[in-house]
Amino acid sequence: MSDAKSYEPGHHPSLPPPKNLVGWQRWVWDNLFGTVTNTILTLLSIYLLYLILPGILDYFIFDAVVNASSRAECAELGSGACWAFIGDRFSVFIYGFYPDELRWRPNLTFILLILALIPVLYDNTPFRKYGLYFSLAFPIIAAILMVGGVFGLEQVDTRLFGGVLLTIVIGVTGITFSLPLGIILALGRYSNLPAIKVVCTVFIEFIRGVPLITLLFVASTMLSYFLPPGTNFDLLLRVLIMVTLFASAYMAEVIRGGLQSLPKGQFEAADAMGLKYWQTMRLIILPQALKISIPGIVNTFIGLYKDTTLVIVIGMLDVLGVAKSAVSDPVWNGLSVEIYVFVAAFFFVCCFGMSRYSMYLENKLHTGHKR
Amino acid sequence: MAKPDANKKESEIAIEVLQMNKWYGEFHVLKNINLTVKRGERIVICGPSGSGKSTMIRCMNRLEEHQQGHIYVDGIELTNDLKNIDAIRREVGMVFQHFNLFPHLTVLENCTLAPIWVRKTPKREAEEIAMKYLERVKIPEQALKYPGQLSGGQQQRVAIARSLCMNPRIMLFDEPTSALDPEMISEVLDTMIDLASTGMTMLCVTHEMGFARKVADRVIFMDGGEIIEENKPEEFFTNPQSERTKLFLSQILGH
Repeated sequence: MSDAKSYEPGHHPSLPPPKNLVGWQRWVWDNLFGTVTNTILTLLSIYLLYLILPGILDYFIFDAVVNASSRAECAELGSGACWAFIGDRFSVFIYGFYPDELRWRPNLTFILLILALIPVLYDNTPFRKYGLYFSLAFPIIAAILMVGGVFGLEQVDTRLFGGVLLTIVIGVTGITFSLPLGIILALGRYSNLPAIKVVCTVFIEFIRGVPLITLLFVASTMLSYFLPPGTNFDLLLRVLIMVTLFASAYMAEVIRGGLQSLPKGQFEAADAMGLKYWQTMRLIILPQALKISIPGIVNTFIGLYKDTTLVIVIGMLDVLGVAKSAVSDPVWNGLSVEIYVFVAAFFFVCCFGMSRYSMYLENKLHTGHKR
Repeated sequence: MAKPDANKKESEIAIEVLQMNKWYGEFHVLKNINLTVKRGERIVICGPSGSGKSTMIRCMNRLEEHQQGHIYVDGIELTNDLKNIDAIRREVGMVFQHFNLFPHLTVLENCTLAPIWVRKTPKREAEEIAMKYLERVKIPEQALKYPGQLSGGQQQRVAIARSLCMNPRIMLFDEPTSALDPEMISEVLDTMIDLASTGMTMLCVTHEMGFARKVADRVIFMDGGEIIEENKPEEFFTNPQSERTKLFLSQILGH
């Protein structure tokens, strides 16, 4: 620079950065028009959007039909998507075949689920300690509310569970129980005690080596051969156990990766201070290992949540199952686009939510520069 | 072991190592180590890398296991008995080359963790003690920061304060200045000199010969897993006995 001032050595002040472009102009320049290639790509993309977007908007919004009672009526009213179909099927989508007059129970459970999640997810929740007790008790409360049979609640056969309700039951149960189980398995496999190590390793390798579908078949058919005759526990319960075990094996390996990435010095420092094994794990090792494993843990959660759709192979109708059966309804025959877009949107919202939360958590737990 | 005898030992001898041997697989790392450390004594251990000096002091709080011989710390023998190990670790503080602070906890939490969980000190009291030692190492203003936000020298001083919070009777230093930038070495050494003036029993693996001259009661030279020579610092530096010691000193003091 020709107009740069010169200073005495040792007297150079800190200067503000050069003011070229700041704010959004800077962003546009950097990301869209910075170079010739970028400019060409930007213009090309705008042209492509111009070609595609009107069609998409017309189909899904402007020409879509919201009120109709059959496919034929839909076709008369507009050329776009027939959302009336979703509306018609909405309650089956949400509740499956849960009895109409008892639907306040899943509704209440869902509200309680949200309340139970808040203290777990956000550590600045007021009265968090009591909230966490409630969260701990929630699985039992939820099971009682959903299935009933006690406290004068009418019993509901779990075969009537379906749609979003079934997906959330399996997904949330799997996620809730696979994390603690995965932590225990990871610590077991990482342990110095040979017996514990072997048991955990065999369990993890076996479960990981078998497709989930096989485990679900085992749950639905084979288990009754192994169990003593007369014992017949609920199919949904068996599926929940299998899904949880399956996810916990993956979880264990993700967490073991986190454990292994910690420097040995952390263990030594804790040992030298006289902390006991469980204190070391709880206070020093796991908080760091879990933080490192957050992306992998959430990855496993999302995978598990989407894998719940596999229960269709043993005759349970989750969101996707309900969708598939709806496609073959003669009154609404052939509306697969609408239905699958709807299912995809449902899964996307759930999974994207988990992903955003994990990013929030990573930022919050970031404590200065790593060594 | 007779009780009165043990009590007498405790009164004057901090650490006693008798004919201790250690192997890593086939490799004989420590060969027939005999060492007696009196209470309040300050010992500097030096020697070329791989000579077993770190391994030796790590045996004294059971971060490493010895296979033969006996180690008594504070009158308690180190065996596989976890009770003994825990008892000894409560009384022996250790400072590491790479600080080993807990990065997910603040400086204050690093210092109060062991007192709260091992000594069952109430939190308020543990924090007061921690602040006292953080002032002692001259960084009370950093108490609420995370280790990752501090310089290397500051981190090592926190590590020293963290050990002191357990109110140990013996302090082990494993190359405390080797991972530091040159301009930060002196702040850590000053802290250690200050600590030595309180009469703390200290065993220090270091190559800081200036520090050894200033505070050590004895300098121990190790090579090949053996204690080759031990002497008062003045004698050690001016009149080394063995050829290996002479060679080592000429290498580290030569320039």
